[in-house]
Amino acid sequence: MDFNDTPQEAEYRAKVRAWISEAAREYEGLPEPKSQDDYVARQKSWQRKKYDADYAGLTWPKAFGGQGLGPMNAIIFSQEEARSAAPTGLYSIGLGMCIPTVFTHGSKDVIERFVPKALEGSEIWCQLFSEPIAGSDLASIRTKAVRDGDDWIITGQKVWTTFAHLSDYGIIVTRTDPAAPKHKGLTMFIVDMHAPGVEARPLKQMSGGADFNEVFFDGVRVPDAWRIGAVGDGWKAGLTTLMNERLAVGGKPRNSPGWRTLMDLARGIDTEQGPAIERMDVRARIADTYINDEGVKLTQMRALSALSQGKTPGAEQSISKVVVAKTMQDMAAFALELSESAGFAAGEKDSELARLQGAYMWSAGLRIAGGTDEILRNIIAERVLGLPGDLRPDKDTPFNEIVPL
Amino acid sequence: MNFDFSDDARALSESARRMLTEHAGPDAARRIMDSDAAYDEPLWRQVVDLGLTAARVPEAHGGVGLSPEESCVLAEEFGRSIAPVPFLSTLLATEALLLAGSAAQQAKHLPGIADGSTIACYAWGEGANSPTAIPATRAEGGRLTGTKSPVADALAASLAVVTAAGEDGPALWLVDLKDARVTPAATLDLVRKHGTITLDGTSAEPLGTSADYQRFIDRAAVILAFEAIGTAGAAMEMAVGYAKDRVAFGQRIGRYQGVKHKCADMYIKLELARAHALYGAWAFAADADELRHAAAAARAASLDAVRFAAEENVQLHGGIGFTWESNCQFYYRRARQLSAALGSRAFWADRLVRALEQRNRAAA
Repeated sequence: MDFNDTPQEAEYRAKVRAWISEAAREYEGLPEPKSQDDYVARQKSWQRKKYDADYAGLTWPKAFGGQGLGPMNAIIFSQEEARSAAPTGLYSIGLGMCIPTVFTHGSKDVIERFVPKALEGSEIWCQLFSEPIAGSDLASIRTKAVRDGDDWIITGQKVWTTFAHLSDYGIIVTRTDPAAPKHKGLTMFIVDMHAPGVEARPLKQMSGGADFNEVFFDGVRVPDAWRIGAVGDGWKAGLTTLMNERLAVGGKPRNSPGWRTLMDLARGIDTEQGPAIERMDVRARIADTYINDEGVKLTQMRALSALSQGKTPGAEQSISKVVVAKTMQDMAAFALELSESAGFAAGEKDSELARLQGAYMWSAGLRIAGGTDEILRNIIAERVLGLPGDLRPDKDTPFNEIVPL
Repeated sequence: MNFDFSDDARALSESARRMLTEHAGPDAARRIMDSDAAYDEPLWRQVVDLGLTAARVPEAHGGVGLSPEESCVLAEEFGRSIAPVPFLSTLLATEALLLAGSAAQQAKHLPGIADGSTIACYAWGEGANSPTAIPATRAEGGRLTGTKSPVADALAASLAVVTAAGEDGPALWLVDLKDARVTPAATLDLVRKHGTITLDGTSAEPLGTSADYQRFIDRAAVILAFEAIGTAGAAMEMAVGYAKDRVAFGQRIGRYQGVKHKCADMYIKLELARAHALYGAWAFAADADELRHAAAAARAASLDAVRFAAEENVQLHGGIGFTWESNCQFYYRRARQLSAALGSRAFWADRLVRALEQRNRAAA
């Protein structure tokens, strides 16, 4: 056993490290972007550099403008990217989830029109799946698309759409046949986010921030040529996207508080029972947090190791998010309680307490995003352990008999 | 990166699993539970014939000279099968001899372990003591006095590795059990037979230093983590199998989220434990400084996994699971044995935090 790169991996790492350190130098020491336009411009410039240097779409087939490399190359590249000042994030949804769906299920014309522009970064993408009444039960989508000559007219509402306000295009799942059972009446399209009738509004979260949008579609016209997959195959296309999402929403968010935070905090607190760090309940919580968070990290190392050996990672990867989110919530609540009143009073900006309060608020959302704790446990039980699926009484019923549309 | 067991280790674990699936398992456990035998002798001969006791013994002493990885994978298979044989006890003694034994001690004891003629046990327990507390058992002029109980497989063993008070804290000693009094000790685990070893000025040889002792319990913790993972996996499989089968309210109970989420939680705890244990196996094999915290996390996480799986396995079975006839009791009782086998979950959680504090100080 070892944690070292193979010779080929080491060689690739050295090559990309050299390129990134040169290419990302201009971003070093930059202040936070002053405006949304600044943010987008910075992200676009980095994506363009990668595109020009053949570092974009590393794992995509060459036919779609990718580099045709293995997953380890992409992992090594993003590890090296993360060590640098390179501005990343804006393309995670589009290039990570949307475009692989487009080139898996889209027509030749659609691929030629959209994939290169997405890859060079000039067009930004979002994913329009969830609705207020279709979250865990994603197939109960109500946003309608009605055929009108060579076009479709889309009406409805999407929610939790990351980057919708910055996006040029999106992939949207709509109901095209309300008389079919719910999984069967869906169709996916590409939608122009600047088209008349599209309105993206920031959605203010419980935590106070607005990291997502709700998006309204009021008679938005989409050409049939922009359909992704066959009419009625929207669920299948959506699963391709979600598989890519589950790969992405996994580990503990970088720089989020963890066992070290709790340890540092406990060192500075004196309690009636003595220094907090010497209290057994505190030490037990530090240990639990370590076991969960580092256990997930080590589980991801197992997956990386499998990829590095050219094998398929095991099902154990599926535990990541369900562990990380609840661990963050439990640890943050414990740390805030350990701080008594100070943990409740709003922490000073950038202080450790403020970060813990932020983590506590954010963790409630993290337990829902990309599959709730409950859905993820269903998935582990059904797909990994082979237990029978939940009864789904509406599975074969025409959708419009359940919901008047 | 290669964060996984070698193909050789996997092959060995598969052959052990095949043999144990055929000859061990709950039926063998029940036979031993109902008898006065200290262990399953025919099964033990198969274990020896397959070369499993020789796996870790160096070739110079009649063994195969395999790596710590093999100890880990075998521990998991014996944990899975709850085989009523003194394999884990003998393996821990083997690891102690490999780590801290002098050339003479190794030459004297390892060949017998390899060929199966020597069964050994590890005797550390004394009342409510933790593994790092100073034991009441003391050495004076090469003689030990004290009582060790309950000691797994003491009734089967001819050789004991004993924890006793040394000059700088607890340390290991070798005792020939024909010089000691060994009597049966009843425990909650009815399958793995335990004994009380009474030492009354019994002659003993020191086995390494107090520092060796600390490293030994870390290595032992990794091996026992794999044993617990094996047992947890078996309990989980039993629960999942029942949930796929049992019908209530007109459907298989595995459809209910109250049931399937318990099974998912068994899997989550098991995989967290496995990740830490694998890290422990790496640190053990590489003799890395990370062993201290890796072993502690592996041991604590594995006890979480086995306890949860054993308890919820009974629960998912309902009333039948609580009967004497059900095999649920084997895992439920074994979970107690595993947690008592080398310091409690709380002890290892604290040792983990100590190790992390030390690393933080060293990094600062």
